Amino acid sequence: MSQIMNVLIAGVGGQGTLLTSRIIAQVAVDLGYDVKVTEVHGMAQRGGSVVSEVRYGEKVYSPTIPKGQADVLLAFEKLEAARWLDHLKPDGIVIVNDERVDPLPVMSGKMKYPEDIIDRIIQLKPKTTVANATKTAVECGNVKAANVVLVGILSKVIGLPPEKVEEAIRKLVPPKALEVNLAAFRRGIDWSVNQ
Amino acid sequence: MKRLMIGNEAIARGAYEAGASVAAAYPGTPSTEIVSSFARYPDVYAEWAPNEKVALEVGIGASLGGARTLVAMKHVGVNVAADPLYTVAYTGVNGGLVIVSADDPGMHSSQNEQDNRGYGIFAKLPVVEPSDSQEAKDFTALAFDISEEFDTPVMLRVTTRLSHSQTLVDEGEAGERILKEYKKNAPKYVMLPGYARGRHVEVEKRMIKLAEYAETTPLNRIEWGDRSLGIITSGVAYQYVREALPDVSVLKLGLVNPLPKNLISSFAEQVERLVVVEELEPVIEQQLKAWGITVEGKELFTLLGEYSPEMIAQRLAGAEPAVSSELDIPPRPPLLCPGCPHRGVFYTLRRMRVAVMGDIGCYTLGALSPLEAMDSCVCMGASIGMTMGMEKARGQEFASRMVAVIGDSTFVHSGITPLIDTVYNQGTPTILILDNDTTAMTGHQDHPATGLTIKKVPTKKLDLETLVRAIGIDHVRVVDPLKLEEFEAVIREELDRREPSVIIAKRPCALIDRTPITTTLFVDEELCNGCKACIRIGCTGIYFKDDEKKAAINLNTCVSCGMCAQVCKFDAIKVVEG
Repeated sequence: MSQIMNVLIAGVGGQGTLLTSRIIAQVAVDLGYDVKVTEVHGMAQRGGSVVSEVRYGEKVYSPTIPKGQADVLLAFEKLEAARWLDHLKPDGIVIVNDERVDPLPVMSGKMKYPEDIIDRIIQLKPKTTVANATKTAVECGNVKAANVVLVGILSKVIGLPPEKVEEAIRKLVPPKALEVNLAAFRRGIDWSVNQ
Repeated sequence: MKRLMIGNEAIARGAYEAGASVAAAYPGTPSTEIVSSFARYPDVYAEWAPNEKVALEVGIGASLGGARTLVAMKHVGVNVAADPLYTVAYTGVNGGLVIVSADDPGMHSSQNEQDNRGYGIFAKLPVVEPSDSQEAKDFTALAFDISEEFDTPVMLRVTTRLSHSQTLVDEGEAGERILKEYKKNAPKYVMLPGYARGRHVEVEKRMIKLAEYAETTPLNRIEWGDRSLGIITSGVAYQYVREALPDVSVLKLGLVNPLPKNLISSFAEQVERLVVVEELEPVIEQQLKAWGITVEGKELFTLLGEYSPEMIAQRLAGAEPAVSSELDIPPRPPLLCPGCPHRGVFYTLRRMRVAVMGDIGCYTLGALSPLEAMDSCVCMGASIGMTMGMEKARGQEFASRMVAVIGDSTFVHSGITPLIDTVYNQGTPTILILDNDTTAMTGHQDHPATGLTIKKVPTKKLDLETLVRAIGIDHVRVVDPLKLEEFEAVIREELDRREPSVIIAKRPCALIDRTPITTTLFVDEELCNGCKACIRIGCTGIYFKDDEKKAAINLNTCVSCGMCAQVCKFDAIKVVEG
């Protein structure tokens, strides 16, 4: 790990990027790191492209990750992975949910959804993991837990202690959704990671 | 123990620890969470005011009454509150008064990116600027001390990046809520000319004392490093500078008005090259130039948007920009939510091809593709006055093909006075109040017409229909904008009328509507002919299957509002129970 771990979480407004960044940040706090998290509120949240940035290490200054310095890009949707790809380090890691949400220009037929987007991402960033987190979440009992499946994969990739992540999930997820989310997290951990 | 807090929550914590007992605000990104966080503390009063001017006036009263008081607003909200702001600078305070201006460089959720440090100079107020959540808390508490020591309101200026970034904060003890004695003092608090002249003298004396204080305050500090480059900076830009240039010398300003002339001059003399790094306007730079100090600033850095560590590294350390992979990716603009009542409004207005004077809220998205049914958006409440001006310029015929649209919260904020104008000065506008029973854009805050306070306590509910009638509007209609046929018919009737009318388009925001969803939609592929009329309403609940040339419902997002079914000419979208 470099001096600072930079995790960029990208998705579509409403997909639950905020909870994900909160869980990762809480783990980093519990591990005793300096932590900063930044995200955009307001108009962009209405179905637009959204991003959360989590940074932790001995001492963190900027809340934003300098472009080209993200260690990991955790994307909830394929197009959003591609959109933020340039924010990664040259050898950065991509974890992408195999989920397609058409943006308006595609819905209205003005533009095409790039069908080969995953191949192009892998071409540019060989350290890419594609996961069907949505399907896994449904199997765990709630489609909304897809973000926590991704947290599971991420925590394995960047070496966050699973018991610390579970502790953070217990702190941040409402009790009635806890079991589903813990199951989703464990499924994420079990995911085989391509290197 | 240290805890992650967004800047806004840290400001509220700072005020609470400093013993503040009153807070007022009108919601506005990026300021909203300041007073909503403060409202959660015990033994304090907090309110959503109808607008920022009222919020500040409540704040001035509370301060005069002896309480430490916090007032918060977004940058453009300060424009609304500017009238009392300039004069409370003259009266000074009793209990400490801290006014937060949350600016929005980059316009994440705003109509302009004005730099409100200018207000500090113009209104002669000290301006304090923190650079992370810990400072947001500590500086807020210190701002209350400055306010009382120098008998002045203090502006705490923050930006979106600080307001909405979480950084670690060491929580302190909750201070005691002290109520200072109230004494009548007309020469200080009655600002008629004879008294105000006396107060202006005090203001100027105060600025001199504050300038002396600026030289020694812990808010400003020098971090010595390599002296070949010295940076003067403040706010979140300080964090970007430290990230990009860890070894240089930095003068970090936490008090940005008035500036410490001696401290700055001495710093300037001890470095080879001096650069000011400040987002937006060259507020610090211009002051240094006026003092004859050689400094670089806006010739290196833009006046536009947010800065970043990489921008600073590129301009001052010769760093190369990150490589671009040049993937051609469709943009993802924000959209109205599935089930949003505004979709019915703008779909109908677009169909009718009327001119639409718009306003500020989620519904401003009605200006964007695919509905594209808005002609203007300037500021809170502008839609009604602009409709009046349009009519007076272009005549009644034009007015019969034009509407104003304004949200319920925005109407209460500043739509009432222009509505009075239309009646008084004999306009004939058709005004649509889009009443979704909340302040949606900023995250669903209550307002006078929801009947609940900031603490969710039931209160007397402002009845918009009665209010509008009392103003003198005789034709008031209440209609559900997702009943498309009925809605369009009502608009047509009111447009044809040569009198002012108000249509209250009433339906709760889809995100707060608790009505159980009892139906499911599906597309009958036998009947769907692939015309895409339903796709053009711009809802993520319905999509087009390119291979089959058929529409399909996205069951994950659809909330069964049934609007797509209403626009389908082939009756291909079916509603079934369950």
